[in-house]
Amino acid sequence: MIAYIVRRTLYAIPILIGVNLFTFALFFWVNTPDDMARMHLGLKRVTPEAIAKWKQERGYDKPLLFNSGAPGATEKLGDTIFFEKSIRMFVFDFGAADDGRDIGREIKARMLPSLALALPVFVVGLLVHITFALLVAFFRATYIDFWGVVLCVAMMSISSMFYIIGGQYLISKLWHLVPISGFQGGVDSAKFLALPVIIGVIGSLGAATRLYRTFFLEEINKDYVRTARAKGLSEVTVLFKHVLKNAMIPILTGAVVAIPFLFMGSLITESFFGIPGLGSYTVDAIRSQDFAVVRSMVFIGSFLYIVGLLLTDLSYTLVDPRIRLG
Amino acid sequence: MLPLFPRTALAAVAFVAGCSGAPWNDPYPAHDAGANTLYSSFSERPKHLDPVQSYSSNEITFTAQIYEPPLQYHYLKRPYTLIPLSAERVPEPQYFDKNGQRLTGDASQRDIAHTVYEIHIKRGITYQPHPAFARDREGKLLYHGSSGDVLAGKFKLSDFPQVGTRELNARDFEYQIKRLAHPRLHSPIFGLMADYIVGLKEYAEVLKQANQELTRSGVKNPWLDLSQYPLAGVEVVDDYTYRIKIAGQYPQFAYWLAMPFFAPVPLEVDRFFGQPGMMEKNLTLDWYPVGTGPYMLTENNPNRIMVLERNPNFHGETYPGDGESGDAEAGLLKDSGQPLPFIDKIVYSLEKEGIPRWNKFLQGYYDGSGIASDTFDQAVQLSSQGEAVVTEAMQKQGIKLSTSVAVSTFYIGFNMLDPVVGGPSERARKLRQAISIAVDYEEYVSIFQNGRGIPAQGPIAPGIFGYRDGEQGINPVVYDWDGSRPRRKSIEAGKKLLAEAGYPDGIDAKTGTPLVLNFDVTARSVDAKSALDWMRKQFEKLNIQLVVRDTDYNRFQDKIRKGNAQIYEWGWHADYPDPENFLFLLHGPQSKVKTSGENASNYENPEFDRLFEQMKNMPNSPERQAIIDRMIELLRHDAPWLWGFHPTDYALYHAWYSNLKSNKISYNIVKYHRLDTGMRGQKRREWNQPVLWPVGILLALLGVFTAPAVIAYRRRERMGART
Repeated sequence: MIAYIVRRTLYAIPILIGVNLFTFALFFWVNTPDDMARMHLGLKRVTPEAIAKWKQERGYDKPLLFNSGAPGATEKLGDTIFFEKSIRMFVFDFGAADDGRDIGREIKARMLPSLALALPVFVVGLLVHITFALLVAFFRATYIDFWGVVLCVAMMSISSMFYIIGGQYLISKLWHLVPISGFQGGVDSAKFLALPVIIGVIGSLGAATRLYRTFFLEEINKDYVRTARAKGLSEVTVLFKHVLKNAMIPILTGAVVAIPFLFMGSLITESFFGIPGLGSYTVDAIRSQDFAVVRSMVFIGSFLYIVGLLLTDLSYTLVDPRIRLG
Repeated sequence: MLPLFPRTALAAVAFVAGCSGAPWNDPYPAHDAGANTLYSSFSERPKHLDPVQSYSSNEITFTAQIYEPPLQYHYLKRPYTLIPLSAERVPEPQYFDKNGQRLTGDASQRDIAHTVYEIHIKRGITYQPHPAFARDREGKLLYHGSSGDVLAGKFKLSDFPQVGTRELNARDFEYQIKRLAHPRLHSPIFGLMADYIVGLKEYAEVLKQANQELTRSGVKNPWLDLSQYPLAGVEVVDDYTYRIKIAGQYPQFAYWLAMPFFAPVPLEVDRFFGQPGMMEKNLTLDWYPVGTGPYMLTENNPNRIMVLERNPNFHGETYPGDGESGDAEAGLLKDSGQPLPFIDKIVYSLEKEGIPRWNKFLQGYYDGSGIASDTFDQAVQLSSQGEAVVTEAMQKQGIKLSTSVAVSTFYIGFNMLDPVVGGPSERARKLRQAISIAVDYEEYVSIFQNGRGIPAQGPIAPGIFGYRDGEQGINPVVYDWDGSRPRRKSIEAGKKLLAEAGYPDGIDAKTGTPLVLNFDVTARSVDAKSALDWMRKQFEKLNIQLVVRDTDYNRFQDKIRKGNAQIYEWGWHADYPDPENFLFLLHGPQSKVKTSGENASNYENPEFDRLFEQMKNMPNSPERQAIIDRMIELLRHDAPWLWGFHPTDYALYHAWYSNLKSNKISYNIVKYHRLDTGMRGQKRREWNQPVLWPVGILLALLGVFTAPAVIAYRRRERMGART
């Protein structure tokens, strides 16, 4: 297994370089360093000298990918924006944002609020979705199953914005039960997180239930389930002990890969509920054309995705002893 | 009666959220209830809080409460009037000829070689408590220049246990002016000031060299001690007096002295933040402002919250005793002579989305609010006299409406370098005039601005010297005076001009092809599509086809810079209340294409440019007005812009928030505001009683729907094996 982990880790390096190159190409295809300088320096009284100074200070006055004027081959590739801005990220040194503030420190500060929202949504959501899916599967081919699926399809068809705005309107505006937006640390965070967590769980209920129901129905008709029932086990035992365990592999595929992304935050939810997480950090960086932050967040995202996939593979061995990684 | 679980859950929620007696949906800590705190919001995190760099309104909102430049605007008087802030009095410019001989005030512009502003600052002003001023028993600065141990384990200002202060002196103002030229700072006004402050341009070169030498030593971001490098244009006379030397004459310079760019920055503070390792910890002056003003920044978390608290060392100021007519009747002079500030603390919360911001205002959690288009009808209605008033629902809550015309203009410009719409030819001018008549801004303001704006007759906004109201002020190219108000000329007049321009009925008489024009706009929301469709229809009135070229802001700016746009839309908000700050947008030498200036239309008219040079240095007088009238006349004739409209700002305030007078030029106004926190607490509780019955119904419904499933489950469990 160690060899497998090492191999996968080594695979990650070219993937991260590729992702970084792709991000770099996309970003600078849309924005030039001049655009970035103008965005940063504001809209009024921006002189060409100020733009040149800004670029020089941040190293954006160099060629993008290839410095034909540099003396040696190493310098030709090394003395470029891409190389200088990318190489340090591989040791998780993200440098400073275009406004001069340390990105690593900002990420650390914002990770917790993101996690405070995403973790309950993930855990509570997983429990609720699995339970609901098991319930629907239990009543398969009955009116409960039929209307449950109809409800799921209806819920899937509704935009997440509807849940957010509707939830804020009902629970905060009309019923005055929790604050409509905002965030505080510590115990006080509970009253701010209650609404986004409820909305997060309900908003994904339709899609997740349908997916899990399919997994369960696939298992529920297998021979071992019939055998379990024939043994006289209760339906609850059959579902939770046997069916759930065997349906865990596809569930794990989706769930474990999502775990690293809990740190990355939710773009829309954080923005609407005023939660100072990494999702809103990324959105702000895109809006303000802060390449330093965008590339850092993309890098972390791709890194976490690779970690998530590795964890998924490892988790297979835990839930299914037949699987061996080599 | 509710089942046991829901009752327990509700009780738990009630305990967690409401054990203090505060409403459950109160977003603020319970211990803040009843505090003399103003609650406001910000939608975009400020980029700079360093007074040498901060320029946009979302930054000056904070810095203006903290820093005290020499001058400020009178809170109540209109037109806007400069009064002293940290200065003893408003400085009178002293004029000198090229031999250094003092000239009298009525000296001709040609004789004036330079102007000197001698500024006397008030005695006894001290800085807010700050670790940069902390000293040990021997009087040495505690956190300066010693070993790195001093900074170990310190990541925010509150990690420094000792604070100190000192008296403001003239060297602090000198130091800040030097910082305008700092090679690692990007002051947006450096380019402008380098043209006026004697020696500032050369000073930037000196500092650049010095910075390069220091950088060569290998230190990252080394501190540059500006006190080592003298600046010719600034002289410290004594601890309380300094002089600024301006090349030639620049009367608008006094307005700049009311902006944070000219606020004092002490050397100790710059040195404190310039120590190695500070920047890596985000400990910079750009992040932690240090001033002498009524407030100091005590929490800087632009991801969530910014908190300003009363500066315990504030030197004191009193509420103004006079204003303009109507202020006394409006209750704005009740606090005359009272010490400022009235509010202890200001909490700005990050609120990116309009819906939560609006609802929090309605719930009483923000003390004031703007009005978005989608909430306009909910908030404002027109009275029988056509006056904007708050709706009945708002009245019931005691919400007040404040309206004021902004010192801004939104316009559509023609690129004067364009071969079709640009240039001084009769053909192009008549085409522009025809379009000016066709685009009905009265309709635009009514449909797309909810009536919040007045169609512009020229570039100068109301409230600024040079603006003329009534019949004298109308644009005769586009309007006729009907005895009481301007009336837009009929579209027939526009068609006639179009035909005279060589495009009868929108067809180019030379080529026989339809006239097609391009309108460059920045990528906008789906909602803006209707406004663009409306614009197309305005051109269709003349049978002109308008092609909308929608791009992102980068590309748009690029087109404007290179002169590739044909017709474009843009806006301007005045820096200071002087006509020069509007008319320079059409000054030939400031052409965007030729000099990267602010004249985006690249308009050039020798007479206008000559008059501009003459007008810009004149004090407000009938002579200046006459010159401005002529300049406006030229502009209306040449029509380089569709003059667009001047927006009217609408703002809502709760009944407990008072001493409010709209001020579109200065930002240091929170010190004048007052709160009735008792009323606020009572109203918040009244408006935010938790409503529990829907939760009970939801839980009951859940029970009703779950019951059949439980019954079915039990029945199934009792069944035998399936057949």
